[in-house]
Amino acid sequence: MNWSRALTVARTDLKQLAQARDFWLPMVILGTLFFVVFPGILLVTITQIGQVDAIANVSQTLEVLPANAQEQIRGDTPQGRTGYALAVFLFAPVAVVIPLTISTAVGAATIVGEREKGTGEFLAHSPAGVQEIYIGKLIASLLPGYVTTAVGFGVYSLIVNLTVGPEVGGWFFPTAQWWVMILWVLPPFLAICLSLVLRLSARVTSTAAAQQASGLISLPLIMIAYSQSTGALLGSGAIAIWLGGVAWVVAVFSLSRGVRSLTRSRLLGVASGV
Amino acid sequence: MGRLDHVSADAGISGSVTPLRVVSPTRQIDEREFVVEIADATRTFGPVKAIDGLDVSIEKGRISVLLGPNGAGKTTAIRMITGALSPDTGTARVFGLDPAGDDGHEVRRRCGVVSAKPSLYDRLSGWDNLRYAAELYELGRGAGADNRIREAAAMFGIEGSLDHQVGGYSTGMKTRLALARSVLHDPDLLLLDEPTSGLDPESAFAVLELIRKLTRDGQTVLMCTHLLLEAEGLADEIVIMQKGTTLLAGTPGELASQYWPTPQVKVTSPSAEGFDLLATLDGVHAVSIDGETATADLDTLDRIPDLVASLVAGGVPVQAIVPFSPTLEDLYFAVRRDRGDDHGSDDIRPPEALSGRPARALPEAA
Ligand SMILES: Nc1ncnc2c1ncn2[C@@H]1O[C@H](COP(=O)(O)OP(=O)(O)OP(=O)(O)O)[C@@H](O)[C@H]1O
Ligand SMILES: [Mg+2]
Repeated sequence: MNWSRALTVARTDLKQLAQARDFWLPMVILGTLFFVVFPGILLVTITQIGQVDAIANVSQTLEVLPANAQEQIRGDTPQGRTGYALAVFLFAPVAVVIPLTISTAVGAATIVGEREKGTGEFLAHSPAGVQEIYIGKLIASLLPGYVTTAVGFGVYSLIVNLTVGPEVGGWFFPTAQWWVMILWVLPPFLAICLSLVLRLSARVTSTAAAQQASGLISLPLIMIAYSQSTGALLGSGAIAIWLGGVAWVVAVFSLSRGVRSLTRSRLLGVASGV
Repeated sequence: MGRLDHVSADAGISGSVTPLRVVSPTRQIDEREFVVEIADATRTFGPVKAIDGLDVSIEKGRISVLLGPNGAGKTTAIRMITGALSPDTGTARVFGLDPAGDDGHEVRRRCGVVSAKPSLYDRLSGWDNLRYAAELYELGRGAGADNRIREAAAMFGIEGSLDHQVGGYSTGMKTRLALARSVLHDPDLLLLDEPTSGLDPESAFAVLELIRKLTRDGQTVLMCTHLLLEAEGLADEIVIMQKGTTLLAGTPGELASQYWPTPQVKVTSPSAEGFDLLATLDGVHAVSIDGETATADLDTLDRIPDLVASLVAGGVPVQAIVPFSPTLEDLYFAVRRDRGDDHGSDDIRPPEALSGRPARALPEAA
């Protein structure tokens, strides 16, 4: 396993992605909507304009949160408490869904794409090892999703602190649980999802089929991640750490199995069957 | 054509495949170094036997040409050589190593491949395509690699287009870029799958010249082609494949002498009686007649002046007497006819039709 060659594969894939404006433009729009526009509108509405009806509604909803989640909510005014709860809990799943969506879309096309365009033949004849190619493609799929999330999350933090912060006594975001979420829970979930998607990409015969089927794979994973991320943030910190730990173990196992799905003959497009 | 059947039956090669190089009179087997040795290999894809008992040996420093109709297994054979595919049974050794095993990396590092489709990254520039190959083939990222990229691009005349996206290249430019990429790392073995497809005649000629130059520098070249004319002047060794097996292999001269063991002369005359006279002349072994042309097997071509004199003295209206030199096309079709399968003939175009000039004759057997 030669890491510099894996990085070469990743870099070349990313370079191509950067050239594909029709691909990354929708992704940027998606990220902007969910990390910036929607939360911005919602939080500004609640904290600044003081929409009484909306606050009353949300405040009511807050009461159904688990006790230990309720304890975490800060702020003295209803606006402050509502804004805090929304900022911390409501948008948590976005941080999972966006990277999964983006990385899945990239990953699904990556191996079958080489095969369709005939460039897999070049790779198959080259000295690059299949492991190196696999890892390179994994990195090239992970990064776009993760970077979008990191940037989006940064902007989101700024918005939250500027709008809700004054109500609850200063900047508070990201909370400790969010850090755990972004750095510890999200990466293994991404890796698990991608290991499955790459396995699929190595086997199907067309990019379209890969996109379709990867939807089937990633949807349940998105659901799990969605509920778990919410749960992790709502529950105690320990849950999140455990959850992340288990996900890492599964991810490592899943990736080491996934490496085997890529063979030279699959790069040529001569393997039959899924 | 009965004549060919007759001749080849005489040559005794219409049964199972006889590796012609074994009977080569000039070179000893142990003097020769083989870069590629495929022995009794098979490979199936579902119900299709793509390779079926293939034997190929490629000698170091020579240009070998794989000929065969569509679907003969040429591309599959090349894929086996780099280890991109492994044989189901049988063995493939390249540089004495197993390309599908642990040594595959070493084999692939020393091979340069131009595949049938150019397999280039359309979204990247020509430069980035070459850069990618340079890194994968361990040339590094320094100034040395950059120079090598420029050099290879210049060899194929695309140094001016390196900054452009490959998606905008013409077919010929893509082929040149693929060629430049294949020689970037100075490979010991160059595998070319129809490398001149999409090239204009001048570029194709330049590519063939370059291939010749490479072997002069000690590199080994294996090329697949459908263009007999192209193979004609280039091939040191010819391997004719069909349905995944080797039909015949050897130098053009060796193969020609297998199919045409005696010198021949073609006599054109409207007089059938003249051909009867021809058959009785000294040194003439056999005569076969096809319309107004008779083909005579001679003991030696030195007989021709006597032949002319005798025919003229006998009052035969001779229109032409031409010594027969078989072309690669003659050989190819003779072999294919001999093996009782003529279906692939439509994919092989006669050289005349391509160039408007007569095909070059095969060299005399050594
Ligand atoms: N991936 C594959 N799946 C199924 N069959 C295949 C595959 N690859 C090759 N074959 C079959 O193997 C046989 C040999 O194919 P190959 O591409 O090696 O022929 P070729 O001599 O290169 O032909 P051409 O001159 O058309 O390029 C063909 O019958 C082909 O259909
Ligand atoms: Mg082919």
